[in-house]
Amino acid sequence: MYMIEAKNVYKSFGDLQVLKGISLKVEKGEVVAVIGPSGSGKSTLLRCLIHLEVIDRGSIIIQGQPMAYEDEKGKTEYVPDKQIRQICKKLGMVFQNFNLFPHKTVLENIIEAPIVVNKVPKKEAIDTAEALLKRVGLIDKKDSYPSQLSGGQKQRVAIARALAMKPDIMLFDEPTSALDPELTGEVLKVMRDLAEDRMTMVVVTHEMGFAREVADRIIFMDGGEIIEEGLPEEIFCNPRSDRTRDFLKQVL
Amino acid sequence: MQQLLLDIVKPALEVIKPTLEYISRIIVPMLQGTVVTLELFFITIVFSIPLGVLLALARISRYGFLRDVVGGYIWLLRGTPLLLQVFFVYYGLPNFGITLENFPAACIAFVLNYAAYFAEIFRAGIQSIDKGQYEGAKVLGFTYWQTMWRIILPQTVRRVLPPVCNEAITLVKDTALVYAIGLGELLRATKIAVSRDAVTSPFVVAAVFYLVMTYVLTKAFDQLERRYSIYE
Repeated sequence: MYMIEAKNVYKSFGDLQVLKGISLKVEKGEVVAVIGPSGSGKSTLLRCLIHLEVIDRGSIIIQGQPMAYEDEKGKTEYVPDKQIRQICKKLGMVFQNFNLFPHKTVLENIIEAPIVVNKVPKKEAIDTAEALLKRVGLIDKKDSYPSQLSGGQKQRVAIARALAMKPDIMLFDEPTSALDPELTGEVLKVMRDLAEDRMTMVVVTHEMGFAREVADRIIFMDGGEIIEEGLPEEIFCNPRSDRTRDFLKQVL
Repeated sequence: MQQLLLDIVKPALEVIKPTLEYISRIIVPMLQGTVVTLELFFITIVFSIPLGVLLALARISRYGFLRDVVGGYIWLLRGTPLLLQVFFVYYGLPNFGITLENFPAACIAFVLNYAAYFAEIFRAGIQSIDKGQYEGAKVLGFTYWQTMWRIILPQTVRRVLPPVCNEAITLVKDTALVYAIGLGELLRATKIAVSRDAVTSPFVVAAVFYLVMTYVLTKAFDQLERRYSIYE
């Protein structure tokens, strides 16, 4: 069973076709890095997987449970909302802009969802949150508000907040793109630790060094299609497609 | 020096003494009028703000019909004079078999009117919250209502405080309108004194009363804003 299985996914915004038949399988414990030029549909793909966008065609199966499927006529249907929410609970997501709740402290940001959504007792939620904050190195910031943190700290809180829901899969949407260069390291380190713990991860990123070093597999997207995928050394050292080669030449 | 001061202050006191005596005589009915003013003010605030929140949520709901109905309501209540609405509830509703005393009639008209204004303030406040907040909540598994109640509305409070303060100040002064349906509020108490005694000083006293009320209100909102700004 795959953790994520997306088949032939199409997505348009008005006249603009953003995904043109994407198929993607992710195995348990696998770290997949999605790279490609801006506007290639990487972020949209990630957003479709966690139902922030609704796909036009194709199917999405998370841990064997279909979220979107094609009926007999080939029309894509979603399962009922309640079921979607249940399925998406297995997924955690980290955004480029953090999306922390500014009116809540660091600790409150992390315990809010476990208490409200998963009905975890407050005491237990706080224990989990504090353990996670230690793990990302921010326990001394637990009573700070997000506005008092640096970008790198905010992103580490956001990762802790996602992990507090105990997801089986973590999606990262350009987690270091909004950070000052000297702050990306602390976030990448947390992600590297997660990868070493065999968390299943899909990472949309411009950090080629990180992709190369941490990912088990690289997917190169351009123009809404997967152009090429393979092991990091294959993609980086010996790309088959000219488009991959051109892209890598520009970013490396 | 002391003697000089006394020489100036004493005759000055002699001059304004009758005025002070007069004011002390009219102050009680004016304070009674102020109580009515404050009652109307607080009842309007307490009921129109929650109603305004509900209307704002309906105004942005995904049901087009609901949005249109509330849009029509807001248009009607903001598009006609408040005094006309007060008259309608007091003089017009008896034609439909609903007869109200002047105070409840005034309260109903005020609550319905102010809720329409608050609804638009809250709608703008809600819509000013970044889309990322909804997405952040959604990927954590929050439902729409959990997101609204726990994430969006608390952040909206801070942003709508200045316009809500504006409305509250306007409301203090709008209460004078119910004078027109014979309610004994501050302005009516003032006018009675003015007509009876053929003097205009009660107007000045009334102005001071209104100024004190709006001053306290402004300070209270300043405090609220400060408290809510800790996270920004």
